[in-house]
Amino acid sequence: MTRVACHKFDVIIIGAGPAGMAAAACAGESGVRVGLVDDNFSPGGQIWRSQRAGEPALEAGVWLKRIRASRIEPLCGFRVFDVPKMGVLLAETADDLCELRYDRLILATGARERFLPFPGWTLPNVMGAGGLQALVKSGLPIRGKRAVVAGTGPLLLAVAAYLRKHGAEIAMVCEQASWGSLARFAVALMGQPGKIVQALQLKKDLAGVPVTTSSWPVAAQGNNVLETVTISRRGKSETLACDYLACGFHLVPNTELAALLGCQIDRDFVRVDDFQRTTVPEVLCAGEPTGIGGVESALVEGQIAGLVSGGRVAEARKLFGQRKKLRSFAAAMGDAFQLRPELRDLPSAETTVCRCEDVPYSRLQPYPTRRAAKLQTRCGMGPCQGRVCGPATQFLFDWTPDSVRPPIFPARVESLAAVASSPEPEQEAITGGH
Amino acid sequence: MPSLSLTVNGVTVDVEPGTTVATAAMQAGQPCRVSISGAPRGPLCGMGICFECRMTINGRAHCRTCQIRCEPGMDVKTDD
Repeated sequence: MTRVACHKFDVIIIGAGPAGMAAAACAGESGVRVGLVDDNFSPGGQIWRSQRAGEPALEAGVWLKRIRASRIEPLCGFRVFDVPKMGVLLAETADDLCELRYDRLILATGARERFLPFPGWTLPNVMGAGGLQALVKSGLPIRGKRAVVAGTGPLLLAVAAYLRKHGAEIAMVCEQASWGSLARFAVALMGQPGKIVQALQLKKDLAGVPVTTSSWPVAAQGNNVLETVTISRRGKSETLACDYLACGFHLVPNTELAALLGCQIDRDFVRVDDFQRTTVPEVLCAGEPTGIGGVESALVEGQIAGLVSGGRVAEARKLFGQRKKLRSFAAAMGDAFQLRPELRDLPSAETTVCRCEDVPYSRLQPYPTRRAAKLQTRCGMGPCQGRVCGPATQFLFDWTPDSVRPPIFPARVESLAAVASSPEPEQEAITGGH
Repeated sequence: MPSLSLTVNGVTVDVEPGTTVATAAMQAGQPCRVSISGAPRGPLCGMGICFECRMTINGRAHCRTCQIRCEPGMDVKTDD
C-alpha cells in the first residue's frame, strides 16, 4: 500500500509566489510553525520564477532570506488534490502521497492566464504569454526566434521585453484593448511613481517593436506546428510569419482549492474580510485569488494574512492603507483590460474549445449551461478539469463555473486507493510537530 | 556550460542542467502528446495547469513535463 507521509504545522500556506512568501515570512517571524507548500520545484511562483536551475528572481531574495531565517524549508513539488476533512490536506509528490495537517491555512494559489479559442490555437508553439516566458526560463532557447505577443493585459509588454532581452525578435505586440482605455489606465497610474518607472523602462526595452492596440489574433496556421499568425489590426487583417505566438488574455484566479474548502466565491474571486479571512474559519486567502492586483498587492495581502495567522493583528492593521491604494490600481487594471465583445466571434464552428476532450465550438453552442454541455459533450472533463476551457466558455457563452469536486488535480490511482482503503492511514511522521 | 543528454521519441537532445522536459521536447521538435482526435500538441500554459505537455517518461505515462527537470538518459515519449 502507498505509504502516507504526514507533515503537521500551525500554519500551512499553499503557494510560494509573492503572496505566499510574504505570508510565510510574517507568520514564521511570529514564532508559529509554518509549512510553505508549492507544486513547482522552487519557490517564487510565476512572476518570480527562477531562470533554469537557479534561485528565484532577485526581488524574491529579501523574502527568501526572511523565510530561511525563520527556518522554514519550502515544501516544493507538493500538489494538493483533496481536503478529506477540515485541518487535513492530501498532496502528491513525484513518488509519494502526503498528508498535510494544519491549524490555520493560507491560500496563496495565484492566477493563471485566460486563454481564448481561435482557429489554430491548438497548434504546437501557440502558447500563453506567461507560458512562453516560463518555458524560456525553463531552458527553451529563444535567441534568433521570431515571436508575436498578443492578447491583453500588462503581462504582454513585460513578456515581449523579456523575450527580446533574451535575443528573440518581436514581430509585433497586439493588445486587444483600445488606445483610449490604455490612456485612462495610464492616468490611473499617475499616483504610483513605481509603476511609471516600470512603464518607462518597458518603453525603452521595446524601442522599435511595433506595439498595436485594438489588435488581436484571428487565426494561427501551420502544418503540425505554428508557421504564421493572422492578426486583426484596427479592423484590417495582416499575416505574420513567426516561430512562436505568445497569447494570453489577462489572468484568472486559481480558486479551485478555496471552492473545495467551501469558501464563498463572489464573481470569480474568494471573498475575504479586512484580515484576509475567508468565510471558512481558520482559512485565509491572499493575492490574486482575492482580485487580480499584481505583485505589490499580493505582497501586502500576504503580509497581512501572515501577521494575522501569527496573532499580530495590530501590525496587520498598519498595512490596510497600503492595500486600499493598491486595490484601486487593481480596479483600474480590470477596467482597462476588459475583453471586447468581438473576441466572442473568434472561434469558427470547428475550433476546438475544450483541448483535453477535443470538443469543437459548434457542439457547445446549443447548451444553456456548462453543466449541460459537460454531461453531453465531456467539455471540461479532461485532466485540466476545465481550468482552460472554463474561463473561455464563461466569456464565450456566459456560463457560470461548475461546482468543484475532489480530486482537484488528477491524482495517481495508488493515491486515491490509499485514501479510500484507509480513512486513518498508517502514518509516518517526517516532520515532528506538537 | 555542462550539458546532459536524453532522448525524446528516440531523438537525442542535449540540454543544459535545469531544463524542463517540456522544453527538451520542443528542442527535439517532438509533440508532447497526441490529442484524442489525433492532433499534435505542445505546451500551452508552462505552469502545470493545462496538461497539454504530458508525456511518458521512463515508461510512466501522463507526466506534466513543464514541472519536471531533465535527467541524463531519460527516455521520453509522446503521450497518446
